[in-house]
Amino acid sequence: MQATSTIRESLITGGKTVRDVSEDISRQVEGKPTNLWWSAMAVSVVLMAWGFYCLCYQQWNGVGVWGLNKTVGWAWDITNFVWWVGIGHAGTLISAILLLFRQRWRMSINRAAEAMTIFAVICAATFPFVHMGRLWLGFYWVFPLPNTWGSLWANFNSPLLWDVFAISTYFTVSLVFWYMGLIPDFAVIRDRAVRMGNKTRALVYNALSFGWDGAARTWSRYESVALILAGLSAPLVLSVHTIVSMDFATSVIPGWHTTIFPPYFVAGAIFSGFAMVLTLLLVTRKMFRLEDYITIYHIELMNIVIIITGSIVGVAYITEFFIAWYSQVPAEQYAFINRATGPYWWAYWSMMTCNVISPQLFWFKKIRTNLVATFILSIIVNIGMWFERFVIIVTSLHRDYIPSSWSMFHATIYDVGEYVFTFGFFFTAFLLFAKFFPMINMAEVKSILKSTSEKKH
Amino acid sequence: MSETKKTYWKGLAQLNNDPSYVKHADKEFVDIGVAEDPGHSRRDFLRMMGFSIAAASLAACEAPVRKAIPYIMKPVDADPGIPNYYASSYVNGGDYCSIVVKVRDGRPIKVDGNSLSSVTLGGTSAQVEASVLSLYDNYRLRRPRKEGKDSDWETTDKEIIAKLEEIAGKGGAIRIVSSTILSPSTLNTIDKFKTKYPTTEHIEYDAISAYGILKANEESFGTAIVPSYDFSKAKTMVSIGADFLGTWISPIEFPKQYATTREVSEEKREMSRHFQFESNLSLTGANADYRSMIKPSQEGLVVAQLYNLIAAKAGKGALSAGMEKVSNLDKAADELWENRGASLVVCGSNDKAVQVIVNAINDLLGNYGTTINLNLPVNFRKGNDEKMASFVNDAKDGKIAGVIFYNCNPVYDHPMGEELGKALKNISLTVSTSYTPDETASASAYMAPDHHYLESWNDFEPKNNCFSLSQPAITPIFKTRQAQESFAVWSGGSNEDYFSVVQANWKNWFYDKKDIASDFQRFWDKCLYDGVYQGITIENKSTSFAGNVAAAAATIAANYKANNDGVEICIYESYGVGNGSQANNPLLQELPDPITKAVWDHYVTISQKDATKWGVKNDAEGNTQLMKLTANGKSISVAALVQPGQAEGTVGIALGYGRTKVGAVAENIGANVYPMVTMLNGSLNYGAFAHVTIEKTSTAFQLAQTQTHQTYMGRESVVQEATLAEFKNNPKAGRDEPKVTEWDEKVDASSLSMWKGYKYPNHHWGMAIDLNTCTGCGACVVACNVENNVAIVGKDEVVRRREMHWLRIDRYYSSPEGTAHDNYKGLEKAAENPEVIFQPMLCQHCNNAPCETVCPVAATTHSTEGLNQMTYNRCIGTRYCANNCPYKVRRFNWFKYHDNQKFYQSNPAMNTDLGRMVLNPEVTVRSRGVMEKCSFCVQRIQSGKLTAKQERRPMKDGEVITACQASCSSGAILFGDMNNPESRISKLLKIELDPKNPYSSDKKIGNPRAYRVLEDIGVKPNIFYLTKIRNKDKAKEHA
Repeated sequence: MQATSTIRESLITGGKTVRDVSEDISRQVEGKPTNLWWSAMAVSVVLMAWGFYCLCYQQWNGVGVWGLNKTVGWAWDITNFVWWVGIGHAGTLISAILLLFRQRWRMSINRAAEAMTIFAVICAATFPFVHMGRLWLGFYWVFPLPNTWGSLWANFNSPLLWDVFAISTYFTVSLVFWYMGLIPDFAVIRDRAVRMGNKTRALVYNALSFGWDGAARTWSRYESVALILAGLSAPLVLSVHTIVSMDFATSVIPGWHTTIFPPYFVAGAIFSGFAMVLTLLLVTRKMFRLEDYITIYHIELMNIVIIITGSIVGVAYITEFFIAWYSQVPAEQYAFINRATGPYWWAYWSMMTCNVISPQLFWFKKIRTNLVATFILSIIVNIGMWFERFVIIVTSLHRDYIPSSWSMFHATIYDVGEYVFTFGFFFTAFLLFAKFFPMINMAEVKSILKSTSEKKH
Repeated sequence: MSETKKTYWKGLAQLNNDPSYVKHADKEFVDIGVAEDPGHSRRDFLRMMGFSIAAASLAACEAPVRKAIPYIMKPVDADPGIPNYYASSYVNGGDYCSIVVKVRDGRPIKVDGNSLSSVTLGGTSAQVEASVLSLYDNYRLRRPRKEGKDSDWETTDKEIIAKLEEIAGKGGAIRIVSSTILSPSTLNTIDKFKTKYPTTEHIEYDAISAYGILKANEESFGTAIVPSYDFSKAKTMVSIGADFLGTWISPIEFPKQYATTREVSEEKREMSRHFQFESNLSLTGANADYRSMIKPSQEGLVVAQLYNLIAAKAGKGALSAGMEKVSNLDKAADELWENRGASLVVCGSNDKAVQVIVNAINDLLGNYGTTINLNLPVNFRKGNDEKMASFVNDAKDGKIAGVIFYNCNPVYDHPMGEELGKALKNISLTVSTSYTPDETASASAYMAPDHHYLESWNDFEPKNNCFSLSQPAITPIFKTRQAQESFAVWSGGSNEDYFSVVQANWKNWFYDKKDIASDFQRFWDKCLYDGVYQGITIENKSTSFAGNVAAAAATIAANYKANNDGVEICIYESYGVGNGSQANNPLLQELPDPITKAVWDHYVTISQKDATKWGVKNDAEGNTQLMKLTANGKSISVAALVQPGQAEGTVGIALGYGRTKVGAVAENIGANVYPMVTMLNGSLNYGAFAHVTIEKTSTAFQLAQTQTHQTYMGRESVVQEATLAEFKNNPKAGRDEPKVTEWDEKVDASSLSMWKGYKYPNHHWGMAIDLNTCTGCGACVVACNVENNVAIVGKDEVVRRREMHWLRIDRYYSSPEGTAHDNYKGLEKAAENPEVIFQPMLCQHCNNAPCETVCPVAATTHSTEGLNQMTYNRCIGTRYCANNCPYKVRRFNWFKYHDNQKFYQSNPAMNTDLGRMVLNPEVTVRSRGVMEKCSFCVQRIQSGKLTAKQERRPMKDGEVITACQASCSSGAILFGDMNNPESRISKLLKIELDPKNPYSSDKKIGNPRAYRVLEDIGVKPNIFYLTKIRNKDKAKEHA
């Protein structure tokens, strides 16, 4: 966090001064919310409320209100779970791995990305809970708690239990890391509030900033902790989705029983995560006038990550086919032929188009620096990644070993409703975050400004 | 004074003095009856809410005292929690089965076969297994009724007797109409009735008639009987339209006999050969080695042609009827002739002329005296179609003054039922003794409800000189009365209970004739204990054939056509609901049809070619169109089901649906097809081949099927089969032994494992299922449902593919010949006339169970005896185990299936107070959100172990059998301890115990036919299947 490279262009445009940064970023925290914010909030809350109704209806009546059956025991629930967990990955990758690699361009986007991670993980965690037949027992039986049943203990062989640990660890570390970063910025808002004489705000943000004093010793501790947490988070980027992929990889079902899953899932997660970061930031950047902080350069770099991970995912898809052929296992071969040509061919080809073909457009500089194109493609990528999980889960299950049990899955309004609920929650939470928390890490961004920069005219 | 006197009231009701109060004013307690109404009104709700609040506040003060009233004098044999078993007999119409009833705490909860019976040989059928639930049917009559209003027995009897006497006084005709009566005591009671009212005539008819056979035998041999057939002695069997494994004559006995000829092993490499000629793909046809498709209009000609072929060999002249080019018929004739005396030709036709020719064929083949026993007549079908038809006509013409219906429902199940129903209105006395207000009862003035068979005393003579008893397993639940007692009362006899009547009859008929030292009580006790009594056996002697073959041939030539252009209907008895009398039984409604796998629905089966012609499409989810089918002037609208194996130009449709007065379960299911049955040559004809039209309508319909994929996709890891010729050369023929390539060599897939395996120091339970003897009937499915309280979920849930059956029978068709192994789209299609295989599929109790490792809360675990166990109250319902089950046998409780109004209609056993009495208290009723699956009837294992422990001895083989095994008539399922070298399963599988490690979970299986499904994935199930062997010269290239 010392000097900015003299060779490169400044990452922050518009010749911002340190004061400008504080002004720009604190503006929406201190000001009244805009109409745009209110309307976005209204839509999100309505979606969340309707989704919550669906969720309650499902919990009251049973998992049967979904479209699952004896053959397809998981569908939208786990698809959504994996999808949201995957999305979360970008945040950690940006804040932890890029920090370790000293990629300064992450500084404008890591705060929002981390917030996205946390909300996405909460959304993801909803599904393992609600998909259970008896949620009220699942809350605590999956934890290895001492109990009166003697040796009855959670089953450590089960990848679902690994999930519990992986996700809860991931969530905790991400939350702490994110909050750590927020502390100096909360202090900025507090200081400004004191100056403006807004006592309530000063009180609240003082509490939130844990009485940050800005002393050199405090800064030094802050940076050490940030580094340690980054170190802790970095392996989590790889481990969480690896473990999620093991839900499938350790099973015996053709199409699931695949050793390629861990790297392929991690790549897919980063792929979808970056796409989601782009979707969100392109909107907020416009909404909060942060064009100078989140520049075309940032967007281009993220698009490059998307090309790379998208191609990795594409190679993984092809490898699966190759291995199915190479293995000479009939059930395995059928599973993959069935993906491409069976009743769910449309899901497979949606996935292929969205995930493998469409990101290749980013090879063109014009497209990857075009905001509208990026926005559309980022959504397409996330649609594709949803289909990827759907293809893996539903098309593998619906026709597995014993043909007599082959069946189809049809989503019901409640399947859709609970997905919508997570969207509603996600955007509500994100909008609240954007309103009340500084969207961009002021402290870090200030470190990459040219200290003498004056506003250009 | 009196004006000022105060009046004290008991309540407002007395003050108002309304009639309902006055009516009961003198009674201290008012008996309102036990009518059960599933719906609740607003008032009920308020009342219950008020009560609940009051009760809750009271309960908060003090814990409620639950009253359990102990026996003051405990009956010797009634121990709470310990079941008692009573031998009895199932009877429904002419269908019969000797059974053992399991009674827990005074409630019959399960029916098993009685192995002491020489008639049903310990087997059961789906209907027999399900019948225990009919006892607790809410639709049953609770007391006598007159014209729809509740009545009591005194009034009913008084009125009926008065009317009977009035009619008899005027000389008016009285008729007792019944299905075939197997009971000698009942016939005796009816005879007494006839003596009292001499104008009475007793008419027996059968919903599914065999009158043609009776008449043919009368002509051929002088007695109108159905003979005993013995398939076990037949090396070649030819069936022309007779579904003897499914519905024909004695479908519990025949599969058992059939199975003995189908069993093969390394030592016995011989089996019978079975030819089937039929229109619909029947259960029997599905088991045949050679199956040819013929039309109902050709049936007579095919039989005549077979006669001609055999006669040519016997040096006799050909008939005037016949038909060329029937595939496999020449081959069948050759082999029949080769196996003279050890062959059997049966025909499902109800046409006397056809049956005469069949008799002639069997006579030429010398089968009388060997495979057919005329001296041991089967009494299941004694109905006289002509008499019944003339009764209906008499009723229409107003010639009948009184009619009593017993054990039958002709308004529904007779072709002229509708006319009869109308005619009944004009008959001065109409009485039904049915135990439900069915169509006939509803059309009758009086309902004098009989007991359910499980509440009754009775005796039966299913075959001549083979007797059996029926005893009550529960005191009558309602104010019903045994029909025989009713007859006795109405004929002015003493009000003696029927038990004494039966006992007295037996004393007169059987005991006195016997020269034995013991007293009658001992004789009676023994008969009652065994459930059966075997009279003198008459030797099976051949009888000379005296049928007029030429005349029969002339009739056939006139009535049948080799080339009929129009559509033909082949009407058959449903495998589930049978002739319709048990339609209100959800166990049978949700029993998948063995062939089509459809449940809860009525449909018309059409051939693949006709489907293309008529533009009918079935998709993989049962979506189809309704067809308008017209025959015999009756039109119905039913769903189309494209059926491989259906003869082109024919459509099949089942009887047993379209009940109108039936109860909540079966309401609005399908159409009644009985009116389409016509008379041909004096008897009912179940094929309609003239004036039949069928057209597709534009209405869409979705059928509920438990299996929608037709073929096994050429997966030899699932289905392994070979021809007998291959098997003779190599008993391992057809086995698929998966290999895995190690770095230098190929090794058996099962030899590699990451698992250490288990040691089972006590028992090691296992099961063997012989695919060769399994006929696919589905009795085991119902038995499992009843034993294990499996929820019945109803049509909508089955459409969503959520049936709960722990045990299912997978039915696969072969793909068209020559379909390549990698042609997946081609493999999905079934051949036009496919080979069929049935594979019972249940939890495989894997040693390396994939479900056990994935459960996050260890709710499914491995027992020390090799069982894969399910702990319901630990399950949180992630469904990971079901996803990871390669056999897809785990079932999830998507909803609360008990105490849930939504499932009231489909699952009365868990949603009505009455129905709940059938639940097995030894098995938990699973709650919502919980996974369940086959437990190998662990409650039976535990109780067997406990008994052995109490008696301080090791368990004996066969002491514990699973419900599915017990119900299997053909003995295809064998359960036992694989650690015990003496057990039947050890011997069948030829288990070689490793002397160093005898208790290992990995046992060496010596039987070359034994395989595990999906051996290549290494989960090592404890269920072994024995390869399917077809007695064919050449297998179809079944991909």
